This record gives sequence, C-alpha cells and structure tokens, in this order.
Amino acid sequence: MANKFVEWIDARIPMTKTWNIHLAEYPAPKNFNFWYLFGVLAMLVLVNQILTGVWLTMNYVPSAEGAFASVEYIMRDVEYGWLLRYMHSTGASAFFVVVYLHMFRGMLYGSYQKPRELLWLFGMFIFLVLMAEAFMGYLLPWGQMSYWGAQVIISLFGAIPVIGDDLTLWIRGDYVISGATLNRFFALHVIALPLVLVILVFLHIIALHEVGSNNPDGVPIKKPKGSVPDEEKPKFKFHERFTKKYDIVDAIPFYPYYIVKDLIGIGIFLFLFCYVIFFMPEMGGFFLEPPNFEPANPLKTPEHIAPVWYFTPFYAILRAVPDKLFGVILMFASIVLLALLPWLDRGRVRSIRYRSVLHKLNLAVFSVSFLILGYLGTQPATPTATLFAQIFTFLYFAFFVLLFFYSKREKTKPVPERVTS
Amino acid sequence: MKKLLIALATLIPSLVFAAGPTVPLDEAEVDLHDKASLQRGAQLFMNYCLGCHSLEYARYNRMFEDLGIPEEVGQKNLQFTGEKPGDLITINMSPDKAGAWFGNPPPDLTNVARVRGPDWIYTYLRAFYRDDSRPFGVNNTVFPNVGMPHVLQELQGLPEKTYEERRIDGEMQKVYVGLKTDGKGRLTESEYDQAMLDLTSFLVYMGEPMKLEQRRMGWFVFGFLLVFTILAWLLKREFWKDLK
Amino acid sequence: MSNAPVDKGRRRFLTVATGVVGGAGAVGVAVPFIASWNPSAKAKNAGAPVEVNIAKAEPGQMIRVKWRGKPVWVVRRSPEMLDGLKSHEDRLRDPNSEEPQQPSYASNEYRAIKKEFFVAVGICTHLGCSPSYLPQEMGEHVEGVEAGFFCPCHGSSYDIAGRVFQGVPAPLNLVVPPHYYVDDNTILVGEDKGQA
Repeated sequence: MANKFVEWIDARIPMTKTWNIHLAEYPAPKNFNFWYLFGVLAMLVLVNQILTGVWLTMNYVPSAEGAFASVEYIMRDVEYGWLLRYMHSTGASAFFVVVYLHMFRGMLYGSYQKPRELLWLFGMFIFLVLMAEAFMGYLLPWGQMSYWGAQVIISLFGAIPVIGDDLTLWIRGDYVISGATLNRFFALHVIALPLVLVILVFLHIIALHEVGSNNPDGVPIKKPKGSVPDEEKPKFKFHERFTKKYDIVDAIPFYPYYIVKDLIGIGIFLFLFCYVIFFMPEMGGFFLEPPNFEPANPLKTPEHIAPVWYFTPFYAILRAVPDKLFGVILMFASIVLLALLPWLDRGRVRSIRYRSVLHKLNLAVFSVSFLILGYLGTQPATPTATLFAQIFTFLYFAFFVLLFFYSKREKTKPVPERVTS
Repeated sequence: MKKLLIALATLIPSLVFAAGPTVPLDEAEVDLHDKASLQRGAQLFMNYCLGCHSLEYARYNRMFEDLGIPEEVGQKNLQFTGEKPGDLITINMSPDKAGAWFGNPPPDLTNVARVRGPDWIYTYLRAFYRDDSRPFGVNNTVFPNVGMPHVLQELQGLPEKTYEERRIDGEMQKVYVGLKTDGKGRLTESEYDQAMLDLTSFLVYMGEPMKLEQRRMGWFVFGFLLVFTILAWLLKREFWKDLK
Repeated sequence: MSNAPVDKGRRRFLTVATGVVGGAGAVGVAVPFIASWNPSAKAKNAGAPVEVNIAKAEPGQMIRVKWRGKPVWVVRRSPEMLDGLKSHEDRLRDPNSEEPQQPSYASNEYRAIKKEFFVAVGICTHLGCSPSYLPQEMGEHVEGVEAGFFCPCHGSSYDIAGRVFQGVPAPLNLVVPPHYYVDDNTILVGEDKGQA
C-alpha cells in the first residue's frame, strides 16, 4: 500500500530520487567533527524564526502608535505570547552565533577554496540578508534602542557623498524615523527578506551538494574514476550522480549516520537555547537591551547606545575611524573582504591542519581581533577604547593582506592522500 | 605584547565603570515567591505611585490572580478609580499637563524593573534627600535633579545629607557619609527598607509577570531534552557500529 | 546497503523510542502556537459579564446590551404577551425547550428565571443575523401571534419566548445566555449564579 503510494508520487515528482541524492545516498566525508554541526543548527533556527515570526505577526501592530503596546500585549495578554516572543528574540541571536561558528569552520578548513567559491558567496549573501533582516526586525518592538539604533545605522548611508542625505530621507520616508519607516521595515522583515533568505539557503545547499562537502582534512573524497581498488571503496551505495564520474572514498551516507549524529548536537544546542529562553531571556542585556523596554522617544536618546552584540564587531570598526565616510567604507570592506576570501587565499592546501604556523597565527589573531572588536562595540567610545578599536581593526584587515601575500608560497605540511580517521 | 596586555587589563575596569551608574547601588533581594511581600508592594504602589505612574500594559485581575488576592478584596483595597477588574492599570492624568507640572510626564512603570534593574529602584527609592534649591525641595543621589517630589516622605521622613570631619592627608575635611532621615516618618529605617523592598519586588513582578511560570516550564523542558539527547546518543552509537 | 546490523531489535527499538520522544517534543512545541489562538486576556475581559439595570424597563420594552460582542436582549414582557405564549404551541418546533438552548434554570415554559423578563442572545439560529423585535406587528408574519421576533435575512420567526416557529429556516430556539439576578433591579448577563 505504502509502496504503491510512493510509486504513484515518484511517477509524478522525483521524491525518492531527491531523498536519495541529498540524504540517503549522499556521500558525506566520514571525518566530520563538531564544527560541521552549525549548518544544521542554522536550518533549525531558520525554521524557528519563520514559525515564531509568523505567529508574532498575528498579534503585532505595525504602527508607531501601536507597536510597543502590541509587543507588551503579546508578552502579557496572549496565551504563551511571551514564549513565542522569547523564542524569536533568542532565535535571532542564536542565528548569528551558529552562523558565525559556521563561517569560522569554513575558514578553519578552507571550505571556501576552489571549487566551493560560489557556495561561499551564497553563504556570504545569506549573512548579508540575515544582517538586514535582524536590523529591520530590531526596529519593530519600537523601543528606545530600536529607534535610536535604527537612527544611527540609517545615518550611515548619509556618509555617501552627494546623494547621502537624500538617500537617508528616502530610506526613512520621513525626516526622522517614523511610522512610515516602521511599516516598510515590517514589510521587508516579514515577507521580502525571509523569501530571499529561503531562496539563498536553497541555492547554498544545491551548491554544496553539487561540489560535495569539504572535511576537516581538506582532502577530496572524490578520486579519479578507476583509481581506487574495489576493496578500498566504502561498503555503502551512493547515488550514481556521485559515482558516475568519480570513485568515492572515505564517505558515509548522510542519512542515517549524520542525521542521528546531528540529533545529539541539536539536543545539546536546545539545552543552551532553552536555558536562555526560560531563565535569562535578556542574556544580561545582550539579546534584549534594557532601554528597549521603554517606548521609542524621538526627543530623548538613551545615555549609551550600542547595537545588538552581533553587529558590534563591525560597529567597532566603524567607530575606530575618525572620518565618517571612510568609517562606513571600512565597515563594508570588512564584510566584502570576507566574501573575497576564495580569491585572497591563493594557497592550495585547505585545512588549517596542514598549513603553515604563520597561517595558524594569522587566523588566531583575526579571530581574537573579531571578538575584541565585538566587545569594544558594546562599550562607550572612550579614547582608550577607540585606540584599541583601531589596533584591532588594523589586525582584522591585516589578516586578509597577509593571507594574500604568504598564501602563494606558503610552507605547508604534507597533505595525506586520504582523510584521517 | 606584554604592554598591550597591561593596557588591556587597565582598560577593562574603566570601560565597565563608564557604563555603570555613578552611585553604588544596594542589592535588592527580591523573592518572587514571597506573595505577602508582593501584596504589600502592590498596596504601596496603588496608594503612593498610581496617582502619577500607570502600569498601562498590565491588568488588575491578572495581578490579583498572580499575587493571590481574591478579586473582591483586590477591587475594594487596590482599585480606587472604579475600573473593571479586567481593565489595564491606567491613570487619568494627561501627559501634557503632567509634563508642565513635572518637566517630563511621569513615565509608565510597567517595565521599569527591566529598564533600570531592581537594585536601581531599591536604591533610588531610598535616596531622596532635602535640597531646598529644587522645586519640590528634594533631590536624589541616584537620579540627580529628579523632577519628582518625595512621595513617601510621610513614611520615611525627610533625609538629609550628612558629613563627617575626617583627617585626610593631614587636613581636616568634610566627607559625605550618607543620608540620615529626620525621623518624622511613620516607619523606622528598617521598616522603610523592607517596604521599599516590597515595592521593588512588586515592580520586578510587573516587569515579567510570567517569570515563575517560565522557570517552571524551563525545568520541564530540560527534563525532556535530557531524555531526548540520551536517546539520540544511544541511537547514534547503535548506527555508527556499522562503521567500525 | 550496509552490513547487517549487529542487533536489529535494539536498533528498531531505539529508532522508535527516539521517534516517539521527538514526536512528543514536536507536540509540546505546538502547544504554545495553538494556545496563542485562544481569546487573549484582552478579549476575555472585553467579554466579561455585563450588568443590566432593569429598574426603568416598561412592560413591552426591550433593553439591548452587548456581551462578548453580541447583542443581548432583555425584554420586559407584559401580562398579555405571557398569556399569548400558550396559544400557538402546536406551531412551534420545540415548544418545551428540549434542545439545550438555555441554562437549566431557564428551561421552563417562559424560558426565563422571572417570567416577566426574557433574556436572550439576539442572534438568529439560522445564519447569524439579528432578528427584529416586533412587540405588536408579529401578526404580519405569523397569523394570530401578536408579539415576537422576526429575522429579516431569511424570514425566521420566533415567539416572545424566543421559540422558533415551524416552516422557517432557523432550526433552534434563540439562545438564553447564562445570567442571574444580582438584586431585583439588576441582571448580570454572562455568568451563572455562584460562579466567579
């Protein structure tokens, strides 16, 4: 009976085939470590955001007069409204946590290198859309931080010569941030950007499954056809799409092996996620900032405004530069350079395991700089803080410049033929 | 590198301090399970604060229920303006007029504990002192030049700033040592502190009325996740036996 | 596809157990999503019981109040109206109010606690229109009946106790909401006595 039904469907859409290509017969390198968990987690959080987001929309009022009160209405009057809201607000931060770790994984193991440039680029676009999505979503509660944070970020566009002022006016649709801004941000946040995000995620996965997953050794699991003796081939059946042109080695089917492994990771992730939701939804002021519990007041700026933590590294770079336009350029450059990694890194060895000490050091300094910039971005801009922001901004950019030069003739360790256990 | 580390070490406290308040805050030991304290806090709020400050996102009957107050009792003792029990806790003062009286309209206090934190509220309520240069004759050490009279003066009395003569670097100097009430209030100092803790607790409750339910659910969810994760771990181990 | 697993039973058990627990988790997650569609505190409070002052009601007069967003009628019936109730029972669908369209305390021949005052939700049981109150002109629609309710949407007719006539689209008598007398002059609509 069930078989008949599946046959009926398969005659009309490629259901079983899709399942096999992408899950049951998809060859995943057998040596994934925990760094390979964050892609799945990002998907999980995306689903969480979409579901809770749709449900919040049911009671949210997108107007300058009603927005703040409607959020409090959700928190207090709607059954379990507080839970849906905390799931969404915590999910926003969790999204960036897993995406940053996911990106760092890519840098660790050279997952952006040829032939995965497009995969990396789709990922960077996802990151960009995610930032826009988060920024616009943060305006919606219409609290003090929503308002003044948006004010500051939109003003960045004012740094563009000639058209800057007109551009900011156009983005806001008013002389200040107002109901008009709120409504267009609402429309983009709930419809347009999620749509783009889902399409990009789809493309990201298509691109991944076309070229195949990288692994912690950075060694290809696709070998030239006929070069691998039968007894060394894995005992699993992979889809002919993968085996037609290559001999696959050291791989296991994604389903069931990595699915069951990911379940453990999901369980552990949910522990942390639910800890925040149920025991500290503000996360000490990092996920929900205290001034945002006060309604937006266009006449009074909070004493200290800082963006939400996931923007602070870039915000620190912006503030490190004494010139408005150059600061904005540098901030955008810090993201563009990440997108250009596949071409800035001219090395042939992917994984950090077999790269030079210099590269390890360089990546370490980069990561530390990113974290410190993140911290500095949350703090008031005192002269010392600015000085440190400048130092670490320099180190952040130095990573890319150094990489470009040393990667061409890097002294690497010998790379094994096959992945290590 | 070493220099950098030292500079960093000196930087961190200064950064933290820059963001913090200027007056050290007393810790408010809020216990949301202490319903008697919350009820006393509610009574204080309704009698002394509600004249000017609303709780406009909260409803009377939800508060009665959460604080364990029967509806009739609550209506009689905590509702003075003839609203229905299901109404929001609003006030009739128009913001424009209030703005003219106080400089700024008195803010709504539903979320004040989330904006300021319990310690701030607890300290602020006990930090009024006499200052004849201010329009209401009082000032506040936590919130300098606050545009609000000392509404609780009949309970606390009127504190004054007190100083002590101390020898510093060989010279006698007047040092500020704290506030001391004139003792004309109805409550003793410790009674007043307790009353302010009650009021603070009530405002903490107001900020997050779902807090206790939320924590209860949290433990339940943790229990579920534990079972799920263990099962997932066993399942993974079972399947991965194939790969040995 | 792979080597025969070492222990098929154990594997099946763990798969099912994880599936069941995971499914229970999914159901748990669905709870807040489903529950959030229930009437919110705002809606519930807006639908709280309504007090109706009947002190000034003249015989034959109808007082309309809103309860849960619906019209509720309180009709003070004159002695003539009450007397007329018996005359047309053979033409009614449910003359003895056997269908549970009223609380038990209004399940009598007058469909009321005090026969003088008839309390009903003014919504036709056919498709939800609000019938008109015809204190005298009901004869135009039902021969020989002076007072009643007539629904202009599809022509359903009810007598002055809200009982539906035969041969009209409406299937049931008008709904009598829970209510009780707070005192002689006040009816509370929306709550049974003693319920709080």
